[in-house]
Amino acid sequence: MLKKRIIPCLDIKDGRTVKGINFEGIRDAGDPVELARKYSETGADELVFLDITATVEKRKTLIELVERISEEIQIPFTVGGGIKSVEDAVALVRAGADKISVNSSAVNRPELIRELAKELGSQCVVLAIDTKVVKNEDRVVIRGGRNVTKWRTVDWAKEGVALGAGEILLTSMGRDGTKDGFDIGITNKVANEVNVPIIASGGAGSMPHFTNVFSMTKATGALAASVFHFGEIAIPDLKDFLKTQNIAVR
Amino acid sequence: MIAIIEYNAGNSRSVYNALNRLNCEAVITSDKEIISTADKVIFPGVGEASSAMKFLRETGLNQTILNLKQPVLGVCLGLQLMCSYSEENDTECLGIFENRVLAFPSDEPVPHMGWNNFTKADGALFEGIEISDDVYYVHSYYAELSKESNAITQYMVGYSAALQKDNFYATQFHPEKSGDVGSKILQNFIEL
Repeated sequence: MLKKRIIPCLDIKDGRTVKGINFEGIRDAGDPVELARKYSETGADELVFLDITATVEKRKTLIELVERISEEIQIPFTVGGGIKSVEDAVALVRAGADKISVNSSAVNRPELIRELAKELGSQCVVLAIDTKVVKNEDRVVIRGGRNVTKWRTVDWAKEGVALGAGEILLTSMGRDGTKDGFDIGITNKVANEVNVPIIASGGAGSMPHFTNVFSMTKATGALAASVFHFGEIAIPDLKDFLKTQNIAVR
Repeated sequence: MIAIIEYNAGNSRSVYNALNRLNCEAVITSDKEIISTADKVIFPGVGEASSAMKFLRETGLNQTILNLKQPVLGVCLGLQLMCSYSEENDTECLGIFENRVLAFPSDEPVPHMGWNNFTKADGALFEGIEISDDVYYVHSYYAELSKESNAITQYMVGYSAALQKDNFYATQFHPEKSGDVGSKILQNFIEL
């Protein structure tokens, strides 16, 4: 049986992890490679690295980091942040990234999704969608929620899949950081309209939140950052808990 | 020394890194002489079937692969290209295995993406592997079952998780991305 995926997300800036990280047995919590290895060893199913480096010159740092991650860990990982062209994506995939994710650059130029899928295959292309309720409507937002786009969330998801996205990483901005649980409503709306794997993101605060998102929606993955980084939820404990709730996990 | 075939649909780097972690000497190459004389060959692949086959035919690598006598391991698209035919853009493949490669139905999300266990896992590659062990998959097409299916996985349908015929081995999953279980399978290949 296909297992539900638990996916820690690491924010990267200038080759270092950004958010404060409190992890037992880690010497250098700022080193993404060491963290990646730790997560891989403790049962994470995939990893997502989100590069928030602003400057173009620093892209080389990211490529080198991806090469090191690929040398060190033997689980799949996605790299996102600032990918605006096929060349950007190919460089990351050549360095060892299994998947690349695009967000605002795809909103700005949807054809990018088609170009990436053609060059790398749909299985390599993750469409990251940030969604927020604006005037009673689910809308796609960019720039951390500051800019509301013209897209209704479900429409953009369908368009992205039609253009070749092989997976959707759906982040509810209304839940992000709240620890109130995943956004079951929008996850269902999107999952019921597209037939690619969905990763739910935003709002993870407790282990039952993971049970809920897996039992109440078709999401096949759940992504979280702080609950893992701060050691509030240990992945082995989470896996054990989900097994008692009859959720299939590795 | 293991030769990893470099072509237009590779994830050669990940395979190379995985072999490196097992202290196995490997080279990423499209040189037919090096491929033909290597102790073993890995035929990786992530991408689309018709453009990969076109590239293999144009470069003559298709014939090089068919002539190999040493152990060969196809991975993911590599497995599919070793079959007879793929529904992905109606592609005639290498024909090492008689199986056809078909598109998944749409009852569940496609691609089949993530960790899945086996309903059968026999043969030399799966020495020490239990059917309850999970390995990592990401694919939208699957090789149907045949007598050469020495490992089987279930996702909507039962299909070939691994194929073997003579010196040709192939896995639909990515051993190079499948943690300790994947390492064990690669180690088994190295020790063939």
